[in-house]
Amino acid sequence: MATKRDLRTYLNEAYPKTSDRLPDGVVNAFNGPYRAYYAIGYWRYLVAALLMATIPILMEPSILGDFFPALEDSVADLESPIPYLTGGFGIRVLVMTGIWILLALGLSVVVGMAGLLDLGYVAFFMLGAYTTAFMTESGGADQFHFVVWPNVAALPFAILVCILAGVALGIPTLRLRGDYLAIVTLGFHEIVRQSANNLTITNGSRGIPGIERPDLGLPESWGEFAVLSSHNYWFFLLIPAIILAVIMIRHLEDSRVGRYWTAIREDEVAAAAMGVPVVKMKVLAFAIGASTSGVAGWIFAGYATFISPNNFPLLYSILILCAVVIGGLGSISGAVVGAMLVQGLPEVVREASGGRTVFGFDPETGRIAVFGFLLVVVMIFRPGGLFAPKRRRIELSEASAAEGVIIDESAQPSQDEIEFASSVHEASQQKEGD
Amino acid sequence: MTGLILGFLYALIALGYTMVYGVLKLINFAHDVIFATGGIAVFYAFGLWFGITEPVTGPELALVVTAALLIGGVVSSGAAAALERLAYRPLRRRNAARLSYLITAIGASFFMTYMYQQDFLLGTGKRSFPNFMDRQSAVAEDFLGTRVTDIMFLLVITSIVCLVILDRFINQTRTGRSIRALSEDITAAQLMGVNVDRVIVTTFVVGGFFAGVAGVLYGMRFGNVVFNMGFIPGLKAFTAAVLGGIGNIRGAMIGGLALGLIEHLSSVCIGSEWKNVIAFSVLVLVLVFKPTGIMGERMGG
Repeated sequence: MATKRDLRTYLNEAYPKTSDRLPDGVVNAFNGPYRAYYAIGYWRYLVAALLMATIPILMEPSILGDFFPALEDSVADLESPIPYLTGGFGIRVLVMTGIWILLALGLSVVVGMAGLLDLGYVAFFMLGAYTTAFMTESGGADQFHFVVWPNVAALPFAILVCILAGVALGIPTLRLRGDYLAIVTLGFHEIVRQSANNLTITNGSRGIPGIERPDLGLPESWGEFAVLSSHNYWFFLLIPAIILAVIMIRHLEDSRVGRYWTAIREDEVAAAAMGVPVVKMKVLAFAIGASTSGVAGWIFAGYATFISPNNFPLLYSILILCAVVIGGLGSISGAVVGAMLVQGLPEVVREASGGRTVFGFDPETGRIAVFGFLLVVVMIFRPGGLFAPKRRRIELSEASAAEGVIIDESAQPSQDEIEFASSVHEASQQKEGD
Repeated sequence: MTGLILGFLYALIALGYTMVYGVLKLINFAHDVIFATGGIAVFYAFGLWFGITEPVTGPELALVVTAALLIGGVVSSGAAAALERLAYRPLRRRNAARLSYLITAIGASFFMTYMYQQDFLLGTGKRSFPNFMDRQSAVAEDFLGTRVTDIMFLLVITSIVCLVILDRFINQTRTGRSIRALSEDITAAQLMGVNVDRVIVTTFVVGGFFAGVAGVLYGMRFGNVVFNMGFIPGLKAFTAAVLGGIGNIRGAMIGGLALGLIEHLSSVCIGSEWKNVIAFSVLVLVLVFKPTGIMGERMGG
């Protein structure tokens, strides 16, 4: 039964359990099934993991033999059913899509949940990549690294640097409203990028070559997957990273922090009045969003082995925002699908066109035009994004409960009243017809 | 002087950003393409159709320059009006969130920019702008240490005229009053009998006109047009608008001039590779200490 709660307790209490939101009798009868329903929340991660695990299997079916010895003979000679995935361009697009999914997830925390418009998100990505380059063996002169550690050891530092940068950007800009924040973050991106372009320790626009790849020590029997220089290798970093990021964000969303963010997003002044620590929560959003892109930057540095400021143009910061919004603000699956669209769609257009031109329009060079057109169309027909979050609806209904609106059966119109209303409506329509 | 000229260009473009922001609270990211449209239109009209590519002199020059500025301005106005009609109005009808406008603007910008890149329009490379005004002749050989060419002089005069006209327009005409009313409170303005749709289109048209004029001036000054020529000036102009206080017309002018001077000074004193870093750092500092920009957000003077 909905009890009278004020907004303050709504924000501060732990997330209401399903059993608290149902009448007692229902709880007793359905307790088991409802528990199972909540457990499915975790099953979904497993399903997603399995789905993603099919990508490596599709790429190289013989890998199945390593996990299931019984199958070894039958799969040993199988070719990949999708030749597109086995090498070269297609798989590069897939790896980059994975990196972009990580970025979109991080940005969806900042923009989607906390409502802070960040137009310079790729700056954190860049910081993560450069931190990795500075801490590991990189080719060329000695000046491009401060310490020479194995690549994996650089990961926590890449994350740490990004978090610190997030805090450093967050603190001075907290007083700013949406659009001012947008331009300041955009400026932040440009400041970071131009600095990397001009400083000697980053080797300016020539970039840092020969960054070491992370060695996970995969068994050699995994074939292509164990080869550091192959594209396939990276799926074993990207898939766990994406799943961990999704789990982290999903849990944040339902936590007290997530509801604080929602409150700030919807009305900052009201949230502050309700005792939400606005400053702390905004900085936290920046820091958590930045940490994800630190991981993405680390992966990118190891994958590309060469980074230069040209890998991080301002356009990417804008595109990643497009990914988050087109997928649906505040929706995790939306962020994932949005990143796939932004990274994959132009390539699909390029592949599909196969060099043909339509009325002089060349889809290969014009793929960004097609993408822009689709952005406009999607926004006009689905302003909330492709996966407009269900959470908005839940929030609204919960908010009305929180405001003490008790839904009363007797307040619903009775059958007589409905009939009366419809007869009046019909009469008025007839009158108009005359 | 170089900084001042850059500043006037930024100011002209920034007007469009700031007017649209004042009325719709929307960062019109497609404004950079509107700017480019002006330059590209004159490139087509003069270079390919009229065939005026040699410098002309005397009264003809005045005619040609006026025609160029008007063509650029009018075509850009048309593009801006079409943008409003096709992309933003459907969103307004649906009461979309503000971020949807932003993404629509970005999408429209991508679409138009990369359509210009197609071979049947501009192609990928730089195209030289019709050279109808002598680029070498100078009105003053040594004005405060710089050589002022005719084009620089024209740029400054045109910008000042445009800025004064716009300031009068916003503050003294009936339409200007409607625009200011809308920027204060759309619902109240509607209740007072302001035709909201028409005023919004007017805002886009006026902002687009000045952006188009700026595009033509840019083409004349730098001697070429390229499909994505709007991106960097657009970004800078937006920065200028925010610096001066977005939504505020005089703020946009002052912000534009300030940004142009800052950039020029920092490239002279520190080195041109650091000018963007300095410009954005100044912006961040100004916003940290005065979060609504130099002049605040009020539109009218």
